[in-house]
Amino acid sequence: MTTAPIFRLLDVQKAYEVRAKGGSLFTRAKRRLRALDGVRLSLGPGESLAIVGESGSGKTTLLRVLLGLTQPTDGRALFREKDIGDLAGTDRDRFCREVAMIYQDARGSLNPRMSVLDLVAEPLDHHKLCAKAERRDRVTALLTRVGLAPEMMSRYVSALSGGQLRRVAIARALASEPSVLVADEAVSGLDVSTQAQILQLLRDLQREMGLSLLFITHDLGVAAYLCDRIAVMYLGRVVEAGATREVLKAPAHPYTRALLNASPRFFAPISDPLPGEVPSPIDLPPGCRFAGRCVRAQSDCHTREPALTPASPTRAFACLHPLPFSEPSAH
Amino acid sequence: MVDLSADIELSKQPARVSAILAFARSNIFFVIAATVVAIFVLSAVFAPLVAPHPPLDQDMAAFMSPPLTENHLLGTDSFGRDLLSRTIYGARYALAIGFGAVLIGAMGGLIVGMAAGLSGGVTEWALMRFIDALLALPSLIMAIAFISILGQGVDKVILAVGVALIGPFSRTVRADVLQIKAQAFVEAAGLMGVKRLAIIWRHILPNVIFPLAVQATIRVSYAVLVSSGLSFLGIGVAPPTPDWGLMIAEGRSFVSFAPWIAGVPGTALAILLIALSIVGDGVREHFDPKLRKQG
Repeated sequence: MTTAPIFRLLDVQKAYEVRAKGGSLFTRAKRRLRALDGVRLSLGPGESLAIVGESGSGKTTLLRVLLGLTQPTDGRALFREKDIGDLAGTDRDRFCREVAMIYQDARGSLNPRMSVLDLVAEPLDHHKLCAKAERRDRVTALLTRVGLAPEMMSRYVSALSGGQLRRVAIARALASEPSVLVADEAVSGLDVSTQAQILQLLRDLQREMGLSLLFITHDLGVAAYLCDRIAVMYLGRVVEAGATREVLKAPAHPYTRALLNASPRFFAPISDPLPGEVPSPIDLPPGCRFAGRCVRAQSDCHTREPALTPASPTRAFACLHPLPFSEPSAH
Repeated sequence: MVDLSADIELSKQPARVSAILAFARSNIFFVIAATVVAIFVLSAVFAPLVAPHPPLDQDMAAFMSPPLTENHLLGTDSFGRDLLSRTIYGARYALAIGFGAVLIGAMGGLIVGMAAGLSGGVTEWALMRFIDALLALPSLIMAIAFISILGQGVDKVILAVGVALIGPFSRTVRADVLQIKAQAFVEAAGLMGVKRLAIIWRHILPNVIFPLAVQATIRVSYAVLVSSGLSFLGIGVAPPTPDWGLMIAEGRSFVSFAPWIAGVPGTALAILLIALSIVGDGVREHFDPKLRKQG
């Protein structure tokens, strides 16, 4: 990638101080919960990246850092080579306009007292992207683009179905003419046919408008359909990253393998789930943080912590004893 | 698609009428109560046209005449004043005080509640302890304290009862603000770069005003009751104003042999209060998103 990345995370750490059990009223024992622990990612123009992981893996914290809603405790989060937390003036305006967010809770992200017209027009008005007279036409065009009838304009959130809500949320995100779409579980909780429609819409939009897409999900199928690249997170760390196709075809990290096995398939018995529980991010065991649940763990896994190391130009993983994977054939 | 929308256009008007009829049928008490309140409001507004006599006129020939006496449908009081006329004029004071006080209370509650809910931290703590202090005193006692400072009169009663209502209103406003502040659409507006004041104005305020308006309709009856209580105690409106509370107090001494003197304004008060609460409940049930059926 020759063009400069839009987002760049450099060893981002986010730790929360939590009060531990025990300790008296006055000597509050504090411990650090590492929600993100050294995450390194980048997102270039036109790229699509899926961030996959179980709940508690730090996906949402990562998102909040990217959007500037929380400050990383260590490392740097950059938007067009500038720290997101320090953006000001025109940089800040640009960030607000170029980065559009699609929330998991579409209903909650839309003001129930505003009509669809006002909801979609709000970014237009705010960024002064069109004249008052054009407003209605622009909203009509946006609604048509996401597959909604323009008659929807006068409706309110309470009168829309789940699928329609997502479409309104997407139309609203597109209104500010962004360069990056950030979507947090944007298709979870929809029935399968609606989910497919929304996914197709997102993919078309991404391709046609040349948007960058950062898609947070726990569904590997969704990630595979939508994104060229994938980053698998476990306990605040990226354990495997690379081209989606390669990673899902032959995962190198046992955790990715386990995630793949966990997704149910037709007529096949559900494979044995991962043993044990996700350890608390407060009391991380030494060594590899996945070692306690890993079927391939060996003695050095419990003492030495693997770092995310590139194995090929398109793949990287953090594992001492990776699964055998084939080198990508040149295409 | 085009045909369909034309169909909808055609059937829209009858559908709306039948919807109103269906609403009236299933909420018969609401309709009755709303009609009663409307009658009170109209007779208060047009009191000089509706009342058979001026409220202060004394009929020297008919002191304490019982209801259905000639010329005096609901009888007269101990000064020979027509009770029906006085009750009709009394509705003016009751409703003016009720709505005026609620307006003051709601505005005050909105300001204090919004300030507390939005500021957080020490400011919120201080404001809410202040509201707790207000709430610790019953509204009637608060109002008495205010009137003893301000003096008597309709405007002072409105102010006193209104201030006493600020406490409960600001509590509900603050709770709503806290709930709405945490919603994703507020965060989304912030991400879009909307300024804080604009977020408050466009996203938080509309979502707070509405439940507040519903609260206000419910509290009107309470304000009427408190103001009548003040007048009954002799510290609200000064005689000879035709105020219901005052009229009940005047009729109290004759209650054993001329019960209508206190009974007529008392009944009017009771009917208005019941009607107002039914209307308030109906409004809340219809507009509360949690109780409303999703369309």
